[in-house]
Formats: sequence, C-alpha cells, structure tokens
Amino acid sequence: MSVLVLVETDDKGASEVSRETLTFARRLGEDVQALVVGDGPAGLVDQLGTYGVRSVLHADGDAFTSYAAAAWAAAVVAASADATVVMAAGTPRGNEVLAHVACRLGVTMAANVVEVDRSSGSLVVSRQVLGGAAMEEMRLEDAVAVLSVAGHACDPQPAEATTSPAVMPIEVEVADSDLRARVVRTEPGEPDESGSLKSAKVVVGAGRGAGSADGFKDLLELADLLDGALGVSRVVTSLGWRPHHEQVGQTGSRVSPDLYLACGISGAIQHWAGMSSSKTIVAINNDPDAPMVTKAHYAVIGDLHEVVPAVVEELRRRRPA
Amino acid sequence: MTNVLVCIKRVPDLGGEITLTPDGMSVDDTSLGHTVSPHEECAVELAISVAKDTDGTATVLSVGSPDSVEQLRNALAVGCTAAVLVEAEASSYGPADVAAAIAEVVRAHEAVGTTYDLVLLGNDASDTGDFQVGIRLSYLLDRPVVAGVSTLSVEGDRVTARGQSPDGGTEVFDVALPAVLTVMEGGIEPRYPSIPGRMKAKKVKIEQREPSLRPVGPGRLRLKLPPAQPSQVTVLGEGPEAAGALVDLIEELGVLR
Ligand SMILES: Cc1cc2nc3c(=O)[nH]c(=O)nc-3n(C[C@H](O)[C@H](O)[C@H](O)COP(=O)(O)OP(=O)(O)OC[C@H]3O[C@@H](n4cnc5c(N)ncnc54)[C@H](O)[C@@H]3O)c2cc1C
Ligand SMILES: Nc1ncnc2c1ncn2[C@@H]1O[C@H](COP(=O)(O)O)[C@@H](O)[C@H]1O
Repeated sequence: MSVLVLVETDDKGASEVSRETLTFARRLGEDVQALVVGDGPAGLVDQLGTYGVRSVLHADGDAFTSYAAAAWAAAVVAASADATVVMAAGTPRGNEVLAHVACRLGVTMAANVVEVDRSSGSLVVSRQVLGGAAMEEMRLEDAVAVLSVAGHACDPQPAEATTSPAVMPIEVEVADSDLRARVVRTEPGEPDESGSLKSAKVVVGAGRGAGSADGFKDLLELADLLDGALGVSRVVTSLGWRPHHEQVGQTGSRVSPDLYLACGISGAIQHWAGMSSSKTIVAINNDPDAPMVTKAHYAVIGDLHEVVPAVVEELRRRRPA
Repeated sequence: MTNVLVCIKRVPDLGGEITLTPDGMSVDDTSLGHTVSPHEECAVELAISVAKDTDGTATVLSVGSPDSVEQLRNALAVGCTAAVLVEAEASSYGPADVAAAIAEVVRAHEAVGTTYDLVLLGNDASDTGDFQVGIRLSYLLDRPVVAGVSTLSVEGDRVTARGQSPDGGTEVFDVALPAVLTVMEGGIEPRYPSIPGRMKAKKVKIEQREPSLRPVGPGRLRLKLPPAQPSQVTVLGEGPEAAGALVDLIEELGVLR
C-alpha cells in the first residue's frame, strides 16, 4: 500500500507545489512513491529522497517527449498498481492529468484538497469550493482515491529521515488515441522573473483595483522606491494586464516578504495562500470591508490611484535624491 | 461548417458573505444573483466566433434547474443559435453525472443529424470547481480533449488551440475534429449582449430534455464555511492624507535601505 505522487519538475528539481504535495502525502502514513514523466533535472532523485520518497517510478520514451495529458495519465495508471491514493499538485496540468486518471480507473476525483482524514475508516477530504469561500467535505470510497492538493495549502517540508529512493523504470502502454491531443509546438513566454519576486523584502501587490493594463505606473514606481517587486492577483494575469510570473497565490508564487502592500486586492483565499506568511501586511483598498483589509495588520482606505501617488511623493520628499 | 456545443452552468454570483442552507449541503442563493464562470463566458464567445467564421452553429447547453434558462438566454443574446436545457437538480449531480447528461444530448442530436464537431466547456466551474466534466465527457464520447485552452481556430476538420504552458509560455495543440476543449479565461474578451440581441433571444424556443440516467451524486458530505475571524486591522487613515502615516510605518518597519 502506498501513496503515488505525480511530480512536476522545473529546471531546478521538483516544483514547489509538487514538494508541497509530497509533504502532504506523508500525512497519510504510507510509503510515498513519486512518478516522474520524461526527463527530470539533475539531482531530482536525491531531492525526492530528502522528502522521504521510497521509490521513484520513471516513465520515459517517445510518448513523453511532448506533453499529452492522456499519455501522462496512462503512466500514472501504470504506476498506481499498489497505490491506495494518487495525488498531484492542483496545477492546471495536475488537475488535467488526474481527471484523465479518474476516468481510466473509473473512480471519483477530488480537486483542490487541503485536508485528509482517515479517522472514520474511509478517506474524507476537505477541498476548496466556491472560489475559496467554502470548503466541501467529500468521502472518497473507491479502491484508489484520486485527489489534487491545493497550491500552498501546506509548506514544503523535507522528511525527518532522508531516504535513498530506488529508481524504477515503468512500462507504459500508450495507445495512439492517447496521443490525439498532444503539444505540437511551444512558444516561449516573457522571461520568468518570479525569482526576484520570491526573494524581495517588499512586495507591492496589485489587483483588479489597478483598473487596466495602464494602471500600474505608480505601483511599479512604488515597488522601485521600496527596492521591492510587483506581485499581482490572478485577475490581473487573466486579463492580460501583467505576465503570469508576477502572480501571487495558490496558482502563482508564494512570497513571504517583510512587507506586503496589497493595493486593490480583495484578499480571496487563493491569493491569501500565496502571501499570508508576509511579516507585515498593509492593504490599500477603497472598501473597508474587503477581506484583505480586515485580515491585514494595517490599512489605508481609499482609491489606490490617489493613495499610491501620494505615498510615492512622500517617499521622494523624505529621501531626496 | 462547424457545429459547436458550449456547456455552461448557472452558479450563484458570490459577493460578500455567504450563508448555507439549513442542511449545510449548498449555498443559500435565494437572495443572490446568478451567473456563469468567466471561463464559460469565454467558451461562449469562442463558440460564437467559430460558428460565424465557418457558417456553422453554436448551441448552448446547461444541466440544471429551469432557472438556468436565464443563463441560456444570455448566451443566445450574444449570438448562440440554439439552446438546450437538461432539467436536473444540479446539487444532486456530480461531475460524472453532468458529463453523462451532456453526452446523452450529443448522441441524441447526432441521431437526428446534428454532429457537434466541437464541444466547449469551462476548465472548472466556479462553484464546485471539479476540474473534470470536459475530460469525463471526452471519454464518454471517445474524442480527444485539451484542457485549459485560451484561444482556438478551426481550419477544415482540425482545430488549433493554444493554452499556457507550466513555464508561462504557450503550448499549441493541433487536434482532429470532433474534439472536446475546455476553456480558460484570458485569451479573448467576451462580448456583451445588445438590445436587439436580447429581443431575439427571448423568442428562441429552448429545447427541454429530461436526463434518462439516475445520478450517482457528487459525494458531498457537507459544506463548511471558514470561521469568522475578528478583524485586527489598524486603519492608518483615509485617502491620500494617510500617505504620511503609511510612510512612517514603512520607516518603522526598517524595510527602507
Ligand atoms: C482554483 C483557483 C485558483 C486561484 N488561484 C489564484 C491565485 O493564485 N492568485 C490569485 O490572486 N487569485 C487566485 N484565484 C482567484 C481568486 O479567487 C480571486 O478571484 C482573485 O484573487 C481576485 O483578484 P482581485 O483581488 O484582484 O480582484 P477582486 O476580487 O475583484 O478585488 C478587487 C479589489 O480591489 C478593490 N478596489 C477596486 N478599485 C479600487 C481602487 N480604485 N482603489 C482601491 N481599491 C480598489 C475592491 O474593493 C476589491 O477589494 C484562484 C481561484 C481559483 C478558483
Ligand atoms: N450543470 C452543468 N451544466 C452544463 N455544463 C456544466 C455543468 N457543470 C459543469 N459544466 C461544464 O463543465 C465545466 C467544468 O466543470 P467542473 O468539472 O464541474 O469544474 C464548467 O465550466 C462547465 O462548462
């Protein structure tokens, strides 16, 4: 009996949310196995060992040189022979592959889980629903439970005892039909600068309140004066106002600066998940009842397009060039 | 000529605080407005533009209560050409049930001569957020599926779709029709209904159907609301006059170099 975790990687190793999922998986008290599809970066197996992974299952071959969700799902199913739980991080890709897996295994799937409880004998999960406004308790009764773990629902924590996982190549039968929908081409996005966002001591957060793609001038200037970085809500990236690598939250970066200045952000739980560990949180919002305001340490109530320029001016005044 | 089917779900429009029904199984939406998710608004927009570009049709479908007619008419008002309501108690339907109900409509329409080359859904519904109806549907129909696409174009019997890759770039898919695609907002601007559009939508006869399958249900035990947290906030002031107090705080925090 084991828990199988589909691991997503970036050029440094297992992605942050995958490491969170490995941490989450250990809570179930069973052996944790990791599945890696395609080429993994150097050092990945050792890193998985620090997360207490017993064995690394590896699916490789022509079917995995470019992404096809159904082929990945075939790999997960092939790797799940002695798994009672199959998990992935609640990323677009994690949710997509697991939905395929659930169809192939003929089981239920629970997305964006934040808690698991086996005290009643069966597996009961709590997951985020209604845009994070509520939690749903759901019982997973199938022989294999398929679930995705909400991003930043826990911290990525290495295991107490490091393991030296055995790497086991697995045979995956990929049907032609599994490759009907496959990436034929990728195009690079804007260079990923989320590294400087994650390490910044000050993050100026900006949400829908910025108003438009042109509404970030003062916010960028403020970030610059504070020697910080700009972080944004998902609304801002969805609307194409700013690039995805600037997104903070469950499906973006997690930041913990000394100061997070949330400007025109309502404070939805998915955003909060990415910045709640900031030392000091200040909200600038024209709605005194916005969750970001009531949860922050400090707040200024008002229109950010008036407040932020005034703050910029005041900072300039006190710090003549 | 591409026939598109686009699936939308009536959901409560959540503003501030929400309350649950006494049994704790759903949101009390009696005093709330209703909407569909932004992903689905984009799916509707894509359905309409594909239908226009190819001289095809855009049929909108919802599985839910008779009130879902409101959302169907909104989709007709922006340019969908036909609408189907599968009457069901949405809260007793899980994602597999919804997929089965949609598949039933696809097959029934195919039996009378309408094949949907493209079925569009949202990537995830904004209430239950199951992230799977479209993928389940693709298995029931044995069609290829791509999740989370933001733009698409149909060329003959193939569709080219683009979505975001994990590293922030773009992934391009080229898939043979018929296919299922789930849409993520961000690639296009959904249009607003015009007054003539609304007038026309009122007159369209909506096809009403009953699902033949008994739902297995969503596996829900209960909903829980997060505990209300007492506000600890210190309000520094209002408007631009508070700038001084905020900069004082920034200096005190020692974050200025
Ligand atoms: C599965 C899932 C994953 C998600 N992941 C993320 C994520 O990673 N990151 C994320 O941020 N969100 C995420 N979301 C979305 C999240 O639920 C919210 O929708 C989003 O965070 C809201 O963004 P916002 O605060 O910018 O916009 P809104 O909620 O629209 O809030 C805008 C705020 O700005 C204020 N405002 C408006 N105008 C002004 C002005 N002129 N001056 C001052 N204040 C003003 C308003 O009072 C309001 O409080 C996710 C949702 C789901 C379902
Ligand atoms: N009751 C429904 N009626 C029509 N379409 C639905 C329904 N429920 C879900 N969908 C579609 O499936 C998508 C994904 O839903 P879900 O898998 O529940 O997150 C939604 O964005 C809709 O497009």
